[in-house]
Amino acid sequence: MEILKLIGVLIVVIGFAVKLDTIATVVIAGIVTGLVAGMPLDQILTILGEKFLSNRLATMFVLTLPVIGLCERYGLKEKAIDLISRIKAATVGRIALLYQAIRILSSALSLRIGGHPQFVRPLINPMAQAAAESRYGKLDEKHQDAIKGLVASAENTGNFFGQNVFMASSGTLLISTTLIEQGYPDATNLAVAKWSIPVAVISVVVAALYYSYFDKSLQSKLLNGQKVK
Amino acid sequence: MDWKLFNTISGEFFYILIALIFVLVGLNAFRTVKHPSKKYTTLAFWLILAFTFAIGPHLPGIVTGICVVIVALLTGIKGVDHGECHDPEPAESRKHADHIGYKVFLPPLTLAVSAVLLASFLPKMSGAVVLGFSGIIGLIAALLLTKAGLRMSAQEGVRLMDNVGTTGFLPQLLSALGAVFTVAGVGEVISQGVSSVVPEGNKFIACVVYCLGMALFTIIMGNGFAAFSVITVGIGIPFLIMQGANPAVVGALGLTAGYCGTLLTPMAANFNIMPAALLETKSQYAIIKAQVPFALIMLLIHIGLLYFLAF
Repeated sequence: MEILKLIGVLIVVIGFAVKLDTIATVVIAGIVTGLVAGMPLDQILTILGEKFLSNRLATMFVLTLPVIGLCERYGLKEKAIDLISRIKAATVGRIALLYQAIRILSSALSLRIGGHPQFVRPLINPMAQAAAESRYGKLDEKHQDAIKGLVASAENTGNFFGQNVFMASSGTLLISTTLIEQGYPDATNLAVAKWSIPVAVISVVVAALYYSYFDKSLQSKLLNGQKVK
Repeated sequence: MDWKLFNTISGEFFYILIALIFVLVGLNAFRTVKHPSKKYTTLAFWLILAFTFAIGPHLPGIVTGICVVIVALLTGIKGVDHGECHDPEPAESRKHADHIGYKVFLPPLTLAVSAVLLASFLPKMSGAVVLGFSGIIGLIAALLLTKAGLRMSAQEGVRLMDNVGTTGFLPQLLSALGAVFTVAGVGEVISQGVSSVVPEGNKFIACVVYCLGMALFTIIMGNGFAAFSVITVGIGIPFLIMQGANPAVVGALGLTAGYCGTLLTPMAANFNIMPAALLETKSQYAIIKAQVPFALIMLLIHIGLLYFLAF
């Protein structure tokens, strides 16, 4: 039964979906798949061990941590806050866009500027709410929620679509090691990082369009067609 | 100079440095974890990993295989805990920030730029060695700028590694899982199934299936990395790369297509649900709602980009 070999895929899907321990899930999936395919246990363990070692590159990001940690201690986050809080943008959408663009740029350079607890809650959300209130007066909860959702999403999209541009990000290393392991040595982390640039740039363009649409719809809902002062 | 030898020797040197960081993380956790048994299991976790990184290549593969199983057991029984690290005091960082100013961005920038330059101008240098050297160049820049000592930079490395925790190995382990899948023939089974849907040689439909597959699996699992291993071995390689698509393009777009799924799923609670609570939104889905149009547009763009850039 060839289809039984998919049991490992099923284990990974279910294990992640029900939030079992990720490391244990992956190892179990590998061993069960090997057994179902009729491989002896010692052969499975040998392959697992050899492939774990030949993919150590994927964990090479560890050597970037001392640099980043040191700069954090010496005020990286504080200077980022200084920079962002100087933004003079009049609308929710423009604040979200500037933050998204900064987030893309910083994740592409592995500067850890960002995070919902570090930046969105204390800085970006208050800036966006204040911008909306100064135009439309006190907002109801529904619109406050929409703004919170938007600025929080700017954090996520900036983070996700920017990070692979950095050669030592764990995503880039995962892509590169997986493909090299499968016999495509040209898929170096430099190549993967380069080909991650289009999506990073386009995500800022999409953000610009989407956020300006958000501004317009907020204006038409809250002003009932009146002109902004 | 013989590049192969150079890459092996300096690569192993950098992996020993990583092993050293693991040992320090383990010792720090052993000292600071309060739980009477978890302090031992946490120490064991980091020491075993350090052992595989530093000594594994000199032993038969099965030894590392057994180590990986033990490590999985330790995380499976929730035996690995975070140690206490000395987080930067806001006042302390503020003082340094005022003193150093925006130059504090320079060391990470140096690291990123030197990695690109080394890889571009010394194409024979292996990926691991490029990252190792750029890490050291970045560290020198950071030490010159901050006047901190090596001891403190080691402490900071330990602090962040402890933050990352066990999931830091997930990419490495998933690459190994992909290899096991390949040996067992999982990719062939998936591609046989998919070939009943995808007409042979139809590159556009293959792009659609790959991107949607990545997004869908990520929505279910809440994790793009895991989806990447499965879908790339099963769909990306047989239907795109073996049809002539550029592997780096397929891989790069594949993972971010998966991230479009991350934007849509409550399974990715760290990104979509917990921050909503943090922002005290009325609806716990406020962030996902804002992300739905964005994610769908980006997913369509991924399909188009893949079709035009990969072939």
